[in-house]
Amino acid sequence: MYAWHFTEMPYPDHPDPDTVPSVRVSLPNKHFDPKLGADLYNRYLDEHMLADDLGLNIMLNEHHQTVTCLDVAAPLAAAILARQTSKARICILGNPMANRADPVRIAEEMAMVDCISRGRLDVGFVRGVPYELFASNTNPTQTLERLWEGIDLCVKAWTHREGCFNFEGKFWHKRSVNIWPTPYQQPHPPVWITGSSDKENIREVARRGFTFAMFLQPYEKVKEMFDAYREATIYDDPEEARRHIAYMPLVATGETEEEALGFAKKVAWYLGAKTAPQFRNPPGYVPISFNVSALKGGYAGRTDAVRARGIDYLKEQGVMMFGTPDQVFEQVKAFYGHVGGFGQLLMMQQAGHLSHEETVKSMTLFAREVYPRIREEFAFKPANKGAAAQ
Amino acid sequence: MADNNSGNVEFLKIQDVDLEVERRGAGPPLVLLDDEEGLTRESPLVDELAKSFEVIIPSTPGFGRSSRPDWIETMDDIAYLMLDFLDATGVEDATLIGFSLGGWIAAEMATKNVTRIGRLALIDPYGIKVRGPWDRDTQDIWFLTKEEVQVLKYADPKNGDIDYTEMPDEKLEVIARNRESLARFCWQPYMHNPKLKRRLHRISVPTLVIWGAADGVITTDYGKAYAGEIPGARFEVIENGGHFPHLEQPELFWEVLGGFLADAQQAA
Repeated sequence: MYAWHFTEMPYPDHPDPDTVPSVRVSLPNKHFDPKLGADLYNRYLDEHMLADDLGLNIMLNEHHQTVTCLDVAAPLAAAILARQTSKARICILGNPMANRADPVRIAEEMAMVDCISRGRLDVGFVRGVPYELFASNTNPTQTLERLWEGIDLCVKAWTHREGCFNFEGKFWHKRSVNIWPTPYQQPHPPVWITGSSDKENIREVARRGFTFAMFLQPYEKVKEMFDAYREATIYDDPEEARRHIAYMPLVATGETEEEALGFAKKVAWYLGAKTAPQFRNPPGYVPISFNVSALKGGYAGRTDAVRARGIDYLKEQGVMMFGTPDQVFEQVKAFYGHVGGFGQLLMMQQAGHLSHEETVKSMTLFAREVYPRIREEFAFKPANKGAAAQ
Repeated sequence: MADNNSGNVEFLKIQDVDLEVERRGAGPPLVLLDDEEGLTRESPLVDELAKSFEVIIPSTPGFGRSSRPDWIETMDDIAYLMLDFLDATGVEDATLIGFSLGGWIAAEMATKNVTRIGRLALIDPYGIKVRGPWDRDTQDIWFLTKEEVQVLKYADPKNGDIDYTEMPDEKLEVIARNRESLARFCWQPYMHNPKLKRRLHRISVPTLVIWGAADGVITTDYGKAYAGEIPGARFEVIENGGHFPHLEQPELFWEVLGGFLADAQQAA
């Protein structure tokens, strides 16, 4: 198993959420201090460089118009880290394909970063969370269609090697695509896709051999989705399938239980970020049946119900993993058992007011005292062991 | 939607769309295009109209229980399909009335072909861009809270209170579908077809545009500009009426609409 350090690069010094309708989409940017922003960007990039030094991989993402995430252009952060790190794989999870104007531009950006990093890039694509649609203006009823059409176009741009091709799709038209550079990794970098509840979409991810990732969900839900992936996977070797399954909890490691709890409470800031109700569920983003429940008062957005349950529940469910190194290891192991195994542990190890010093401590403890045990316990077994022995 | 007011409901195949069509009353044909919330068809206004007309209420694609194939993407697609519907029904000299989104669709239809349309009434229709790129002609019903939208839509916000908790699921499904379809067609460009304003001059049948004075989503100025693009259109304002003036001020509304229908019938 591999572990990845992740932060959304938050801006936690915003007005008291009780005094504003939302910290996403509509919070006026007069509350953004660019001098503090400069400090934060540089600090978060330093922490990613530390992850590289510690032997962890790096995960990046992007969001827009929100205090939870100052990384508004994941390819830019990836480009910086492609130069400033040397060992870590760098995964953008992901490029918000449904909300980006041009999939070919994404193909170019990714190919360039892949070359600069000499093949250390993993390229994720996401449909984008509901509130992103207010920044991007993407039609909420067509995000999945745009996601897949964009991915097809991007992959074709990476892999078509004999001059120009044309494309006349539903959302994009191209008369002559022929990107320079191509990706460093051939035929193209590993592709990752996130999902939460749409099983048909997960099967599509599996059929293409892409890595499937889930974020911050209770283990029963995660198992259900991972099972759907495993049932549809193109990989005959179960270990190869496992290598393509990823999960992200919030992770905090402390020297003592008390210290870890302190870190965890700070990181849990992310789960409580206040978002006005109308931004959480624009019509058409979720199926009709969900909105029927919403009208009856039973559904307030996909993740809110889970997140409102408190830190102990989140720990029990594997949405958060925190404690001493031993305890974190045991939580990863338990979750692994609950969900039928997975191969990539994505860790949001920094959020909210968790300071640089605290983040460094948590990351370092994880990397030195938890990660070696995880690498050993959940090592990928070589394929065709029996055949090799003969 | 099964309710006590329903007349005969059937499904017509128009191209590959299963179109839900309700008919009530008898007389000359009056095609009523409902608002996007499906409120008008359940109002007493339809009973009033059904005294003198055969009221034909088709649900446009994606609304009510009409299907919404993927190729239906724009108001143009809907308007042409609804013209196909008029052809399929064979109506002649029909009165076409549209409310809110239905008014927009009716206007689109009338810019394309009035062969089967004798007269047109538009009630607080969406559909055009009046002012510049920095001006918000139509308040953003998706950006605002439910409560804020209700204040904008109604002269008295309490008139917009709806208790969903006791509704049967099949009715809630229609409401959820209506909302989804509105987003499909109207998310961007928001609530308008950039081409429509320059086409309104083609409407060549007697037209009445009615506006709720208290419509805060699209204001009376917008309504005046809309009517001003349609040759010879009459513009009438209903005091203390919001975006659905016929629901909030039924008597005042009927005075205006009933007069227009009587004039039109005499002229015809």
